[in-house]
Amino acid sequence: MMMETFVQQLMAGLSTGGIYACLALALVMIYQATHHVNFAQGEMAMFSTFIAWALIQAGLPYWVAFGATVVISFGMGAVLEFAVIRPLHKAPELSVVVVFIGLLMVFHSLAGWIFGTQIKEFPSPFPKDAWFGGSMMSPHQVGTIFVAMCIVALLFTFFRFTTLGLTMRAAAQNPGSSRLLGIRVGRMLMLGWGLAGAIGAVAGMMVAPVVFLDPGMMTGVLIYAFAGALIGGIDNPVGAILGGFLVGVLENLIGTYIVGTELKLSVALVLIIVVLVVRPAGLLGRHIVQRV
Amino acid sequence: MTRLLEVQGLKAWYGSTEVLHGIDLNVEEGQVTALLGANGAGKTTTLRSICKHLVRIGGSVTFRGERIDNYSTEQIAMAGVGHVPDGRGTFLGLSAEENLRLGAHARRDRSAVLEDLERMYSYFPRLKERRAQQAGTLSGGEQQMLAIARALMGRPSLLLLDEPSFGLAPLVVRDIFDIMRRVRSEERVSILIVEQNARAALELADTAYLLETGRIVKHGTSADMRNDDAVRRAYLGE
Repeated sequence: MMMETFVQQLMAGLSTGGIYACLALALVMIYQATHHVNFAQGEMAMFSTFIAWALIQAGLPYWVAFGATVVISFGMGAVLEFAVIRPLHKAPELSVVVVFIGLLMVFHSLAGWIFGTQIKEFPSPFPKDAWFGGSMMSPHQVGTIFVAMCIVALLFTFFRFTTLGLTMRAAAQNPGSSRLLGIRVGRMLMLGWGLAGAIGAVAGMMVAPVVFLDPGMMTGVLIYAFAGALIGGIDNPVGAILGGFLVGVLENLIGTYIVGTELKLSVALVLIIVVLVVRPAGLLGRHIVQRV
Repeated sequence: MTRLLEVQGLKAWYGSTEVLHGIDLNVEEGQVTALLGANGAGKTTTLRSICKHLVRIGGSVTFRGERIDNYSTEQIAMAGVGHVPDGRGTFLGLSAEENLRLGAHARRDRSAVLEDLERMYSYFPRLKERRAQQAGTLSGGEQQMLAIARALMGRPSLLLLDEPSFGLAPLVVRDIFDIMRRVRSEERVSILIVEQNARAALELADTAYLLETGRIVKHGTSADMRNDDAVRRAYLGE
């Protein structure tokens, strides 16, 4: 019995961890390109989920709404970069932080204004009686892990094996040198923001059936994701994924056995503080070696 | 001889400080042109101005008969100007081979890109040995080779070479200049090279310009410059 609870909690942790991993990945992508943490990432994802909800309400089948939401969110991220972030490229650090917090509030209020603040049910695409569910994990949990893995695999393939992925990494690392090679750095940033928006949307749609849909649903998730990104190393995508899963598991196990559900969120906050104090570069934070 | 690059009345500013005061300079097709001068004369700035990199410019720059001074840096690169920048511009976190592939990012002729990659490795065998290594771990000389090869991977018609000898041991400098001689005879590329090492540059170049505090004070064939008393005293140390 003891063992069964443990395994169940572990699996549940992996499932929410997949969501944190996705959102952490979105944070890392923007951080790598701009050295800013997008505090509005969670609210953007929440807003995207509302769009998906509205599309489903309008009668679209789930996966059509899912695809459309991903595309719309990509566009939303790209437009945001172009219209809001790009004009700030010479602004001091603090101004950018303030703008991100402003965006967070704008999306939050906008969602409440358009869709209402009532808590809504959001469907899971993985039916309760699906064959891949079991006594240890619900179909939605299995599905969430699968979706997270797909995103990771897709992004890995894109960044590692395509020329566009390579130029995006180059533009993030060394914009000046990239321009001299004819790489359109601005366009790469837009693309990065678009991808982050799309990934966030998927994370939002995966978490909404569990936490229910309302404008505040991503606040906690963003903190967990942020903890995941920091644990792995904020400039390391692989670290962000591992960190996300790790935070999901720790949150569940510590919540079950030590502090109880009420204090779960503080686990994330404690993790953030511990990482920042003990190992600011994160577990996998990479030092780029430079010889002169 | 066709004129590949024609620079007229080029001025450049960093912030509000004018550092080039109206430069006229030409690069002929198939030739190597050297830009000599002391530290701070404006050599690097001249190259940056051609690409509008980090600097504000005035005057006209004509490349293959087309005004490029109102282009963006990216467009100038795509038009066929390869820039090996001051500081080498290495993508430190990428592998050496990824650095090279970046040079060819806009090309769609995949098989030709692979051939070019192999040719770069034949010019610079050291890079082949280190192809999978993180570029930041390469030595200064290797990073210089990487920067040259990366620029050549884009098949530019003009290569701007900013002080390839900077900070390198004499033997490595000789290596690089030997390779540049091979490159110039085997690639269809014209070169504008900036150097403090006047001797090495004049050996490679057909013509040369001498830059002093933001102005061209002399120009002529490499042989003329080598025989010029003032150049010999000030820049060749004779």
